[in-house]
Amino acid sequence: MSKIIASAAIRGAHKIAKEAEGILTKAISEKGEDCRVEFPNTGYYMPIIYSMTGMAVEKLSDFKEVMQEIKGLLPPHVNDDLWVPYLGHTLDAGMATLFAEEMIEACKYLIGPNPVDDIWLGAADDIILRERGIQFVDGTAPGFAAIVGAAPNVETAVEIARKLQERSLYVFMSGHNNGTTFSEQLAEGGVQLGWETRLIPFGREITSAIYALGFASRAALSFGGVQAGDFRRNLLYNKNRIFAFVMAMGEVTDEWYATAAGAINYGFPVIADSDIPEILPTGVCTYEHVVSNIPYDQIVEKAVEVRGLKVKITEIPIPVSVSPAFEGERIRKEEMHCEFGGQRTPAFEWLRMRDISEVEDANVEVIGPDSDSLEPGGRLPLGIIVEVAGRKMQPDFEPVLERQIHTFLNEAQGLWHMGQRDINWVRISKGAAKAGFTLEHIGKLLHAKLHDEYSSILDKVQVKIYTDEKQVEELRQQAQAVYTDRDARLAGMQDEDIDTFYSCTLCQSFAPNHVCVVSPERPGLCGAYSWLDCRAAFEITPSGPNQPIAKGSCVDPTIGQWDKVNEFVIKTSGGNIERMSQYSMIADPMTSCGCFECIAAVLPSTGGIMIVNREYSDMTPCGMKFSTLAGTVGGGQQTPGFIGHSKHYICSKKFIHAEGGIQRIVWMPKVLKEEIKDALSERIKEIGFEPEEFLAKIADETTATTEEEVLEFITKNEHPVATLEPMF
Amino acid sequence: MDPKERSIDKASQEMIARMAEAGQQNAWDRLDAQAPQCGFGKQGICCRICTMGPCRITKKAPLGVCGATADTIAARNLLRMIASGAAAHSDHGRDVAHTFKMAIESDSCDYTIKDELKLREVAARYGIKVEGRDTKEIGSDLANAVLAEFGKQDGTLVSIAAYPPPARQKVWEELGVTPRAIDREIVEIMHRTHMGVGSDHKNLIKQGIRASLADGWGGSLIATELSDILFGSPWPIRFGANLGVLDAKKVNIIVHGHEPSLSDIIVAVSQEPELIKMAEDKGATGINLSGICCTSNEILMRHGIPVAGNFLQQELALMTSVVEVMLVDVQCIMPSLGSLSNCFHTKLITTSPKCKIDGAEHIEFHEDRAIETARKIIKIAIENFENRKGKGKIPKATERGIAGFTTENIFYHLGGRFRSSYRPLNDNIINGRIRGAAGVVGCNNPKQVHDYGHLTMIKELIKNDVIVVSTGCSALAAGKAGLMRPDAAAKYCGEGLAEVCEAVGIPPVLHVGSCVDNSRILTILSNIVAEGGLGEDISELPAAGAAPEWMSEKAVSIGMYFVASGVYTVIGEPLPILGAPNLTRYLTEEIEKDFGGKWAFERDPIKAAHMMIEHIESKRDALGINKEKERKLYDMADRRALTIE
Repeated sequence: MSKIIASAAIRGAHKIAKEAEGILTKAISEKGEDCRVEFPNTGYYMPIIYSMTGMAVEKLSDFKEVMQEIKGLLPPHVNDDLWVPYLGHTLDAGMATLFAEEMIEACKYLIGPNPVDDIWLGAADDIILRERGIQFVDGTAPGFAAIVGAAPNVETAVEIARKLQERSLYVFMSGHNNGTTFSEQLAEGGVQLGWETRLIPFGREITSAIYALGFASRAALSFGGVQAGDFRRNLLYNKNRIFAFVMAMGEVTDEWYATAAGAINYGFPVIADSDIPEILPTGVCTYEHVVSNIPYDQIVEKAVEVRGLKVKITEIPIPVSVSPAFEGERIRKEEMHCEFGGQRTPAFEWLRMRDISEVEDANVEVIGPDSDSLEPGGRLPLGIIVEVAGRKMQPDFEPVLERQIHTFLNEAQGLWHMGQRDINWVRISKGAAKAGFTLEHIGKLLHAKLHDEYSSILDKVQVKIYTDEKQVEELRQQAQAVYTDRDARLAGMQDEDIDTFYSCTLCQSFAPNHVCVVSPERPGLCGAYSWLDCRAAFEITPSGPNQPIAKGSCVDPTIGQWDKVNEFVIKTSGGNIERMSQYSMIADPMTSCGCFECIAAVLPSTGGIMIVNREYSDMTPCGMKFSTLAGTVGGGQQTPGFIGHSKHYICSKKFIHAEGGIQRIVWMPKVLKEEIKDALSERIKEIGFEPEEFLAKIADETTATTEEEVLEFITKNEHPVATLEPMF
Repeated sequence: MDPKERSIDKASQEMIARMAEAGQQNAWDRLDAQAPQCGFGKQGICCRICTMGPCRITKKAPLGVCGATADTIAARNLLRMIASGAAAHSDHGRDVAHTFKMAIESDSCDYTIKDELKLREVAARYGIKVEGRDTKEIGSDLANAVLAEFGKQDGTLVSIAAYPPPARQKVWEELGVTPRAIDREIVEIMHRTHMGVGSDHKNLIKQGIRASLADGWGGSLIATELSDILFGSPWPIRFGANLGVLDAKKVNIIVHGHEPSLSDIIVAVSQEPELIKMAEDKGATGINLSGICCTSNEILMRHGIPVAGNFLQQELALMTSVVEVMLVDVQCIMPSLGSLSNCFHTKLITTSPKCKIDGAEHIEFHEDRAIETARKIIKIAIENFENRKGKGKIPKATERGIAGFTTENIFYHLGGRFRSSYRPLNDNIINGRIRGAAGVVGCNNPKQVHDYGHLTMIKELIKNDVIVVSTGCSALAAGKAGLMRPDAAAKYCGEGLAEVCEAVGIPPVLHVGSCVDNSRILTILSNIVAEGGLGEDISELPAAGAAPEWMSEKAVSIGMYFVASGVYTVIGEPLPILGAPNLTRYLTEEIEKDFGGKWAFERDPIKAAHMMIEHIESKRDALGINKEKERKLYDMADRRALTIE
């Protein structure tokens, strides 16, 4: 800390603490001490307070204890003549500030002004946390820029945001400067705000910065396997995994300094446009703590350098920017230059493997009229055929790579893609068309991205794009035949047919004992890795987290244990897990990292199980919400009676095969039931039930919210679980 | 003689002149009277161990009567210095341990446990179960474990396996110098240096090392740890320093010596309203407590009690004639104080049965009647106020600073409650803002211009971006000269160190305590090693030690345990061994191969500072941190490889 910064931050902390005390008194007088307080649809209570202290704030009166904690943290003001060390004090003051700001924002939800208003989003709910937080774990998002204040003008704001997006960073915005905010500047510049474009307007006041830091803390709790109250691991997780930084735009007030001091606890440095003192010695952050007076055209590069972040910006020879940050961008009809497919014109996309002699690398052909021949609002048929060749390419990788077309296309700014195979739908925005983007660039984009990410299995990529209706329809028939063929092969793929499973230890960085064993009939619990994906990933990175496991001989086919798999698990779990079953949630169940889409839990009195998906934030019949359950199940421990799993696995033949499969399901949230209805119906038919009838016997939150109610419901509806042997 | 040639401290110069005017003798005068000092003694080659002697080694008579060589004689003499130094520190440690045991066991004791957290931490290091147990249970086990360290007959010191880096423990094990019991190593020195036992100088030195390690990592460390538990762990605190802290209007009590047990109680009692009222009734405006030597350090770092001065100022303090009582415990108390105090109304009060002085009043201090004794002494001081003659002469010079850094609280200062860590220190050593660290410690010695050696060396080090930790009279010198003011960083430091000091809000010279608290420097070095990135052993660190104005046998023990812990140690006055060529070569050269540290002698503090800097740079080179490195940028794989412990 510089003395000036320390003095200001400590002053700011005292001011914000006082403000918090005031708003708390007001909230209590208006709503009463017992009034429930929360950030809507989030677990983890007040996430910063909870993650740092373990205090679960549930009602307003709980804040009184937090206030004591804040007062305990608030240091004395810095003596001007003979000061005592202030770095520790300032960091504590920063943390006290974040606690106080969480109080302020939470009270605003109760007594207003409502943090969610106009463009302002307030706290991210748990569904967003799940969707977006995982990107910080898998690296799709290296971190975030917490922008405080406002740029000097709209153009500068737009330019800075675009540069941050190009680097795949999330942009979390709070605070105001000179009467405006960075968020409002972007809105004025016509930039689409929201989680889809990674540009998040949290709030006008500096206090809303806690939504950014709270998100970081929640990510560590949720994906990092960090326990509440384990502040050290939470902060170090953020320092070493989530490469975020604060970008202070405009006059830095005492309150900004105080909040920034809180952020420095997380290892997030401050990059300022104004001329404030710098703190260059390293230690709490990876490199410098505060750098200042950075010109706007260099501020993004400087921020990335100060944070120590390496971001790969692949130069792709197309006239628009490419980054995962643009993936969620929507193109509405009025912004659209032209479109393809989407039931409006015939379209398809197909990736196939060819002999190396048949592929001319980087060859992109557009056969038929290109998009620049269209008037605004125009439509064309579209057939995209990507032909790849490589010594390590295998036909089984075709669908894995083909699925990437969706991601790659969406990453281009001004290009929008939905669906897959022959139900795809593509739009090119007016902006992109104006920049000179045509169909040819789709080919160049796919060529570049496939090489970039799959160079270890691909040597050559060529792309042919067809827009002639007749040709598209003919080729689509060929493609459809291939799709059918692939489905049949995949559907028929059984664990018994192959002798190798794959491991996934991607999450061992935070759940060191955990190892996923991925088989054709039990995909990874995060839902992101099928057996084929793992196989491809192994080919792409042979020393990576996906390793082949020769099954060896079967120990028990019902629970799904193989001797070599067990050996592998012992070794990879560091000796912590001795046996693991692929098909049982009772006998040596598979461990979980923390990324599971769903949790299955036994409801003992019913003889069945409930399944809850991550998006469901209400209480479940087992007496725990998803977030609490996740704490029990995650972290690489075997917890008989509980497993984390993917949604896909529910419809697998091997779903808790040892316990009787889907006949055990007695409760699921309605939304989950809907989501997997088609595939589940197929499975229900296979076991000889009528799908509608069977589904109606499974309770949901509208029919039962406690275990007793579930029992009552299934008894009344004659759920088949009653005919099964007891589970224990 | 011009007072400026005796001291660079302004207050001291003033008082030295005043003594000369008054015809009073002081240490400088007596040094002059001693000239020329015995050359054989200086070189360490005079042997008085048996009555076949005394023998002294000359060209003509290269062997003693028994056949001892110069190397044998000098080594034996040096070992006996170590024995005495280690005994002084360790006996201090033992006394604190007894007080600690009493505080734990007795409910009516004047002492209580002030730092329970540290009690638990230390107990855990000693292998004592802490979970689910109360202070009394843990404390009782710790007291017994610690007291056992002094006299146990089996095994080795528990602390030696608990505090130093594992690599260092291995070095000692392999060389056979791991200390067994604190007292035993001292006894064994006396045995081995008896007439006709060992003559191999290297084998003799090994025992000196073993006893010194039992001091630094044993007796001294126990004194530090238990003092923190009993009197409270220091925390950064403001203090005033130099003779100017004496107050003409108040009852002045100076505590002097080394042990905190009585002085800590004096601090508490001196502010009792009843006593203050009594002082006021006698015409004083209050009671003013100040300190000299390490007793001063103990209460300054815990309570901010001002420093009257360091070792060579003890006589000067009396010369102000405003001191009602000078209360002394043990060590570094000049016998001259007895007669000097009798020239004024000042009462010199000795309190330890170990230390009685001609001309002093003896009021024995017993820990079980601590408050009672403290009150009695303060009352004597108050009563004596009316005997003060004239206004006295108090030099104006004072300075202020920050004291109270410890091995443990550094964690907090570098990261607050949530990110407490040594990481920023290691990081900034690695990136070169801080070149390295130096411990500048030790006494005053009238053979050097008072404080000149300390201050010149320290300023040269911090100018070259070497951060300094300091204890004892060296720390007091730095405090008096304003080097412990946080704004001294901008004034005296190189750019890199100044930046770090500004970032943390610390002075460039950190006060880490009294001379037993050199153990804090050992544990700080261990923590730096443990934090990582700077090698596996203390000997790999870019660090050095110095005692530019040393004089006491304690300093020899301290120097030896630093060298044996792997630290390059430069002292001003040479060890009394220069008449023994093989021994000198071993201690200043060859020993480095065994222990990683060695001794060097240099009276010129600038030259000495540069010897230390050169050593620090050589260690940096060896660590490979002097090479210009590109900034590492982290991609996902790099991030994943980072641990989050």
